[in-house]
Amino acid sequence: MLENFSFRTIVEYLPLFGQGFAATLWLSIVSFAGALAVGIILCAMNLQRSRLLQLPAKIYIDAIRATPLLAQLYFLYFGLPRLGVVLPELIVGILALALNSGAYIAEIIRAGILSISRGQVEAGIASGMTYSQRMRLVILPQAIRVTIPPLLGQAIVLVKDSALLSLISVAELTRAGQLLASDRFMPAEGFLTTAACYLVLYYGLKSLAVLSARWLGVRPIGSRT
Amino acid sequence: MIWFQLQSLMGSYPLALRGLGMTIALSGISLVLGTILGFALGVLRTSGSRLLDSIIGLWVDLIRGTPFLVQIFLIFFILPELGVELDAFTAGIIALTNLAACFICEIVAAGIRSVPTGQVEAALASGLSQWQRMRQVVLPQAMRVSLPPLVGQYVLLIKDSSVVSAIGLTDLTRVGWLVVQRVPNGLLVFAIVGIGYFVVCYPLILLARRLERRMSAAHGEVQL
Repeated sequence: MLENFSFRTIVEYLPLFGQGFAATLWLSIVSFAGALAVGIILCAMNLQRSRLLQLPAKIYIDAIRATPLLAQLYFLYFGLPRLGVVLPELIVGILALALNSGAYIAEIIRAGILSISRGQVEAGIASGMTYSQRMRLVILPQAIRVTIPPLLGQAIVLVKDSALLSLISVAELTRAGQLLASDRFMPAEGFLTTAACYLVLYYGLKSLAVLSARWLGVRPIGSRT
Repeated sequence: MIWFQLQSLMGSYPLALRGLGMTIALSGISLVLGTILGFALGVLRTSGSRLLDSIIGLWVDLIRGTPFLVQIFLIFFILPELGVELDAFTAGIIALTNLAACFICEIVAAGIRSVPTGQVEAALASGLSQWQRMRQVVLPQAMRVSLPPLVGQYVLLIKDSSVVSAIGLTDLTRVGWLVVQRVPNGLLVFAIVGIGYFVVCYPLILLARRLERRMSAAHGEVQL
């Protein structure tokens, strides 16, 4: 059994886990901001009448959703140098996370916009509003309300997905666990500490999602986090 | 140059097929086991016992709150320390089954909770046993709500199976990783890997969408 579980070693490695925690946190924030940008652009393309704009967005979203993030990550990691683009691992990782989550966020925003009843749009038209006024003043303020809880759900997924960056040797939380596991042959200490750190992030984001849902008066996120 | 690389890639198609087979075997086995376990946990969770509900709820939260990669490492490196000898394939199956069971448990529990209590009361009044009530009244109705997210969950499971390549199983992603060491064209190699996953996942995504559309159409009728 694990009778010689060494808390002392964990304490010794605590600074490393602190750095890993900070790295996971900020690289997730940067990726999420990027994912929001990608998602908004994709969603805007997807909602246009023109097939020329709609089709690429649809293909992109389906391609991302039907393939694993790890394959996408390797695609960029091994593929970009081929195109003459040599980027540090960290940037490749953030890029992969943003491009991946963007596809899911596009669908979340689209669902939010489509949840606004037709009558609202018609009332906007009847009041003589232009398309952009309708979007800006009527639809988006209501759509944002319903999209915030699922967006936080997607943030949880993104934080967990960022663990895969350790496989292209980005120094983050899982990497810290791997280092402890391989330096001292203590996988239990290493990976349990890593898991505990992720749980802190998870419960933080989860309570934020529940609070925001209550505050905005919408249903809390479903089972797909 | 491209032609040469394509030829070299053609040479590794037996490896690619083996990788695809491994991915399908991994996700297929854990899909079946995870569904059975997930249904059992979901039914237990809604059985009315507060203790069981909170124990299962805590476990689901722990699994949902940690990355799958970390779970695989924990199972693969720690179970042997506890005296359980296991190979990478078994570790992968255990990790994937556990993950699937946790998500399916939540989907099934939500489905069961969506069945109106009147249905259960009617079943009670008709003298059905607990087992009959579950099997003939509650589950068939819960399934209608649960089916679309269940299929969506299977897609996630197949995609998550790529992560077990980290403990050295030669699945589709690992094959790509091996081939790219020899044929240095990451774009081509991982585009092909992506197509492999797409062929398996996309029909399921379409199925989930169709089920969802049918579901919401059915609900529309009820609401009107």
